Amino acid sequence: MKVVVCIKQVPDTKGGVQFNPDGTLNRAAMLTIMNPDDKAGLEAALRLKDQYGADVTVITMGLPKAEDVLREALAMGADHGILVTDRVLGGADTWATSTTLAGAIRNLDYDLIITGRQAIDGDTAQVGPQIAEHLGIPVISYAEEIKIDGDSVIVKRQYEDRYHSLKAKMPCLITALSELNEPRYMTPGGIFDAYDAEITVWGRANLVDVDDSNLGLKGSPTKIAKASDKVRKGSGEKVTLDPEESVAYIVGKLKDKHVI
Amino acid sequence: MDFTLSKEHEMARTLFREFAEKEVKPLAQEVDETEQFPRATVDKMGKLGFLGIPVPKEYGGQGCDPLTYVMCVEELSKVCGTTGVIVSAHTSLCVDPIQTYGTEEQKAKYLPDLCNGNKLGAFGLTEPGAGTDAQGQQTKAVLDGDEWVLNGSKCFITNGKEADVYIIIAVTGVVEKRGRKMKEISAFIVEKGTPGFTFGTKENKMGIRGSSTYELIFTDCRIPKENLLGQKGKGFNIAMHTLDGGRIGIAAQALGLAEGALETTIRYVQERKQFGRSIAQFQNTQFQLADMATKVEAAKMLVYKAAMKKAEYQADHKTSYSVEAAMAKLCAAEVAMEVTTKAVQLHGGYGYIREYDVERMMRDAKITEIYEGTSEVQRMVISANIIK
Repeated sequence: MKVVVCIKQVPDTKGGVQFNPDGTLNRAAMLTIMNPDDKAGLEAALRLKDQYGADVTVITMGLPKAEDVLREALAMGADHGILVTDRVLGGADTWATSTTLAGAIRNLDYDLIITGRQAIDGDTAQVGPQIAEHLGIPVISYAEEIKIDGDSVIVKRQYEDRYHSLKAKMPCLITALSELNEPRYMTPGGIFDAYDAEITVWGRANLVDVDDSNLGLKGSPTKIAKASDKVRKGSGEKVTLDPEESVAYIVGKLKDKHVI
Repeated sequence: MDFTLSKEHEMARTLFREFAEKEVKPLAQEVDETEQFPRATVDKMGKLGFLGIPVPKEYGGQGCDPLTYVMCVEELSKVCGTTGVIVSAHTSLCVDPIQTYGTEEQKAKYLPDLCNGNKLGAFGLTEPGAGTDAQGQQTKAVLDGDEWVLNGSKCFITNGKEADVYIIIAVTGVVEKRGRKMKEISAFIVEKGTPGFTFGTKENKMGIRGSSTYELIFTDCRIPKENLLGQKGKGFNIAMHTLDGGRIGIAAQALGLAEGALETTIRYVQERKQFGRSIAQFQNTQFQLADMATKVEAAKMLVYKAAMKKAEYQADHKTSYSVEAAMAKLCAAEVAMEVTTKAVQLHGGYGYIREYDVERMMRDAKITEIYEGTSEVQRMVISANIIK
């Protein structure tokens, strides 16, 4: 069984967010982590490795320094790492990203592709399903539980107020929620092995069946008009009243704002 | 000279920090209050390989260098001095001598279980009348047929009742050196559960209260002949060399305690307001923190240097890391005591309250100036190397 996990290096929001003049994130200037939903997807794949001996390949598109997130995945137990990096791929939106990743994955044998539901930097939840669309395979999103049943997967899918239990024939794509599991830690020895391991680096030339018009900033239909950090809220209005007066005051304010 | 850590070491630090923050920190106060040995944490560390970091993979270890091990003890100690010393005593004082002096059979028998946490290690040198003066040993081992018979006791033993494998130093005879009669000292591997091996008093300590510190008692305790570690009569050298390595571990613990107290205090002084502004805005606070940070950085350089010197020793046994280890421990322990004391002072009254981490850190720091060779002993080691 061969599993491909798409992972993304995202800004560690604890370290603050910085933007480029064109409104895209200045990834080079920020501390980074493995996207939490992707980490849960990787853990799900590693459990398939523990249980069924699955061969796990992690793939990421990004700057050369995104290699670090692949090493982290290897230190957790993934078998192979592929970095897709090329200047022409920079500034990609979800469409260009999914086109790129699908173009890379076409080089691989796979039974299952796992992606995170969404990345904490873009929050679009589009790349996973788009990859499935490009590759013409079924997709089950928002997975909270994954089981293998012969040549199929059975997935407990989170819905707004219930769960769906869905079965799909492999090959298929699953998008994982961080609630899916508690990702394992790396091991100290695993870290040193990960840095000895070879990472496969692919560029534009390695992408199969993709058109240049669908790649990078130029191939991205989404244009960011403006981006900014969150504006801090003011301290608000403070009043000191006894409980009865407080109730009247609050109700009055809510009425003024037509909340009630 | 390169002061940049490799990416591997940076990632290892991330791992240790994440584990310490998630798994160790939430329990630190309770472990201290209740004197509860953190068994669940030790089991988790065993599964992740934290108990065999500098051991070759062929013996079930992680195959990393001493610096990686030091960073593990450092990060654990930033949030919990107890957890730091458990790993340090286990790795430096039990795993290391078996790895260094054990026969292939001993290594194959003990190291895999010690590395994966199935078993925990301890080291017994100190006796009521023999601490710093290792020649004052009273515990005796007499060969009787195919067995060594141990009689005596050891005190202040870290991981005391929780360990499974113990390195025990005992007198095996008398030898004459330069016309003087000296005790012949040897080292042994003793397993928990051996008849005649029992535990005495549990020590009620000022700090590192969750670590299990016990008296070990040997009464006609018979162990197999093959449990002699290294050569007969070489026990004193084994003990001293083991303590050289142990000092790097304790130096890392002290460094972690100092760093933890500094980080906690940096956060606190920015939140705490007096006279209408945060106390971080007062020059006294700024100068105190500047001194603390500078001393912590100096200690870190010495500790990391000692770890790297030990790696050199592992590649070439002709080198020695004894002086570097002594300097690292002396400096880091005294910095830990000074920084944690200043941290309490900067916290004011809150620093004296149990709910605040710096109170525990200050109590934990004191022992680093005492165990595995007092600061005075480190000065003896260092000065003996200067004045020859």
